[in-house]
Amino acid sequence: MATKKKKNIPKAKAVKKTSRRSKLILDSKIPDGPIAEKWDKHRFNLKLVNPANKRKYEVIVVGSGLAGASAAASLGELGYNVKCFCYQDSPRRAHSIAAQGGINAAKNYQNDGDSAYRLFYDTVKGGDYRSREANVYRLAQVSVDIIDQCAAQGVPFAREYGGLLANRSFGGAQVSRTFYARGQTGQQLLLGAYSSLNRQISLGKVEMHTRSEMLDVVIVDGHAKGIVVRNMITGEISRHSAHAVVLATGGYGNVFFLSTNAMGCNVTAAYRAYKRGACFANPCFTQIHPTCIPVSGDHQSKLTLMSESLRNDGRVWVPKDKKIAEKIRKGEVKPNDIADKDRDYFLERKYPSFGNLVPRDVASRNAKEVCDEGRSVVSSGLGVYLDFADAIKRMGENTVRERYGNLFDMYEKITGSNAYQNPMTIYPAVHYTMGGLWVDYNLMSNLPGLFAIGEANFSDHGANRLGASALMQGLADGYFVLPYTIGQYLAENGIDNRPSIDDTAFSNVQEQVESRIDTLLTINGERTPTSFHRELGKVMWDKCGMARNKKGLEEALRKIPKLRKEFWQNLSVPGENAALNQSLEHAGRVADFLEFGELMCRDALQREESCGGHFREEHQTPEGEAKRNDDNFSYVSAWEHKGEKKIPQLHKESLVYDEVKMTQRSYK
Amino acid sequence: MNLKLRVWRQDNAEEAGGFEEYEALDISPDMSFLEMLDVVNEDIIADGEEPIAFDSDCREGICGTCSMVINGVPHGGQQGTTACQLHMRHFSDGDTIVIEPWRATAFPVHRDLIVDRTSFERIQQAGGFISVRTGSVPDANATPVPKEDSDLAMDAAQCIGCGACVAACKNASAMLFVAAKVSHLSLMPQGQPERTRRAFSMVNQMDEEGFGNCTVTGSCEAVCPKEISLDFIARMNREYGRALLKKGCS
Repeated sequence: MATKKKKNIPKAKAVKKTSRRSKLILDSKIPDGPIAEKWDKHRFNLKLVNPANKRKYEVIVVGSGLAGASAAASLGELGYNVKCFCYQDSPRRAHSIAAQGGINAAKNYQNDGDSAYRLFYDTVKGGDYRSREANVYRLAQVSVDIIDQCAAQGVPFAREYGGLLANRSFGGAQVSRTFYARGQTGQQLLLGAYSSLNRQISLGKVEMHTRSEMLDVVIVDGHAKGIVVRNMITGEISRHSAHAVVLATGGYGNVFFLSTNAMGCNVTAAYRAYKRGACFANPCFTQIHPTCIPVSGDHQSKLTLMSESLRNDGRVWVPKDKKIAEKIRKGEVKPNDIADKDRDYFLERKYPSFGNLVPRDVASRNAKEVCDEGRSVVSSGLGVYLDFADAIKRMGENTVRERYGNLFDMYEKITGSNAYQNPMTIYPAVHYTMGGLWVDYNLMSNLPGLFAIGEANFSDHGANRLGASALMQGLADGYFVLPYTIGQYLAENGIDNRPSIDDTAFSNVQEQVESRIDTLLTINGERTPTSFHRELGKVMWDKCGMARNKKGLEEALRKIPKLRKEFWQNLSVPGENAALNQSLEHAGRVADFLEFGELMCRDALQREESCGGHFREEHQTPEGEAKRNDDNFSYVSAWEHKGEKKIPQLHKESLVYDEVKMTQRSYK
Repeated sequence: MNLKLRVWRQDNAEEAGGFEEYEALDISPDMSFLEMLDVVNEDIIADGEEPIAFDSDCREGICGTCSMVINGVPHGGQQGTTACQLHMRHFSDGDTIVIEPWRATAFPVHRDLIVDRTSFERIQQAGGFISVRTGSVPDANATPVPKEDSDLAMDAAQCIGCGACVAACKNASAMLFVAAKVSHLSLMPQGQPERTRRAFSMVNQMDEEGFGNCTVTGSCEAVCPKEISLDFIARMNREYGRALLKKGCS
């Protein structure tokens, strides 16, 4: 239905809408009943859309990674008309493709005692008790269907000689439940979802828009009813209306400039939704991966992750003496010449029972600590050794090659160094973001009609994600959760509830998008988008990275607005809008990162505890471990935008744990 | 090190393009090839000019976005390596490097080094899938797959769809790409019901897109960053022949 009140003052309208919602109550809509029955009961209670009516509904899906592609394909199969958008030249290139390790599922094919309950338990514990129990339980329940679905699509999972599926173990679990396809599980699962998507495209149920970037969401009468998109080849700005909008736009790791994300990954879609009234949850929960290849210089454009399986056999060390470390950094001494007594295998020393296999956050923080002490072994000052000499001595070079050959090759390609002869150098890097748009049990944000799935939402991983769980969540949301839950919203709101793109709400948003592009192109300053991005990334990494403290975060909150101000005064973007213009694309994304970074720091500052990937230096045990504060902080922080230059409002959704007992993690 | 670049610049598919020369100064051997281009682009922007447009995304050799011919060889000629994983230590001070887009009728240039590969999309939409609806599938272990078949399917499935095979081929043939896709699914038991239809539709679509024919020179295999074997082309030809016979009989 068309809007009733149409005003030609777009900004005022947006502000008015948000301020009206200031008493917003976040209802997670978690169904009643025992945890194992919630999803079945809920599915039964969800309203259905009559099959004959499904073709009268339009759904927009933004993003074509595991979550987006699986959702678009599944919605198309159900009969909805889907429009899917991605910035890449093919949906198959979304960054899900880069996941190496595997996908978890509670199949219990190994007969080792796995169950949906155990996967649920491990995930809640691994998330350091900051995720929602009901969502995680559902994730564990549907995990088994994902493997069936992918196998039926022809995903060439690793198999045993008997022809059945193989499994491997992964961090944070004592059962073997990870399915994999060589070192490229992400690519194979994405190709599976992409093939289903292609089928729907060929059937005319999904209209695919590649090289198309969503620049804003359109809200009509408080409901998300469309998006405004820039064609990245021609610069054309177009409006698209729908009955519902699904954001499957991934994470925001690139706010740090350097991360393991792809170059194009950005926060724009989620952040624009936030500015239109959707709450952003737990933005400060970011995951740092300990085994990445260190930065080699200022030219660095991204970081490369190596599977953490390397820590099964590699030993992490730095010299005990920082004078020796300095000599290594200057190239005066070689690592192999340093006697064992002069080496500090710091993880083995501090965590005798877990050793090099402590969780990601612990391994990362300790690497930072020894580097901060001046004991780094690479010239940038940011790197420690991961040494396979003992493993080679113990089991021979061939066995090491069989296990890790592809990783050693990749390492050599990038660094030029042979890790069979010299220890690898590694350093932690930003890898995944647990925070995201706030969603209820139906994966709908507080803005009716706006859904967020995959890494773009916040709900399943708490403050820390376990390995091989990102692929699981993306596909769970896209194949098995959203296709049901979106039906409820559509059925409730009816077929007529789709405005025309001629509605003033659409033209207003388009005007704003165009005026912003014009501004970016006409500042005519001195600095490139990359230079601003790099500077922001450094502030974020130093002050809101692996370890955070009040002073640093407050400093970042002073620095970021200054940098943002300079951006809008001194940016240089050559070229025009009406053509392929990569500087312009980047400038728009950096502009949003410059606002979003501030929100992250604000969130990190208010969370006066350490949990999962969020380590506040003021809150640690005497042994230097993360110290949670369950009494005061077992909540989801959900931020509501209150208008330009206004401080966003913090809403708290309390987390209640009926099933899992909260304990302090210990890996000593 | 200091290098000279000769880079193909072209505003769009309609305009004629040409080579422009750039200096790449103070290049560190630790840079990746694309980071070297980033550095050059920063200087170009500082001069108020438009930077060299090129595609890249994951920069770890798996998304298949990056696509450029370096000194006459797609991805630069380091075996099993995409342009984004090629590093400057393989070049020497004073080198002149020639950089061009993929060249093929079926890959029109969007701008500079960026080409339109939607022809690959249409080939896959024509039949590169197994028709299963979400949820309507048997238990994953209900269909055992011999490990050898699954491993071979995986060899084919590694294709990242970058298009280097087309760029290297004197006929601009897409046979290695299509062969990898057809072989992957036809090797799996799940892919059998649509085996005939798939081979037929995908090969026909490939021909319609204007890709050339295969004369088995093997340049595609030589430049493939995932080292997809030429054997798969033989397999696809067999699949297509089989499909033709089946069609003829029905």
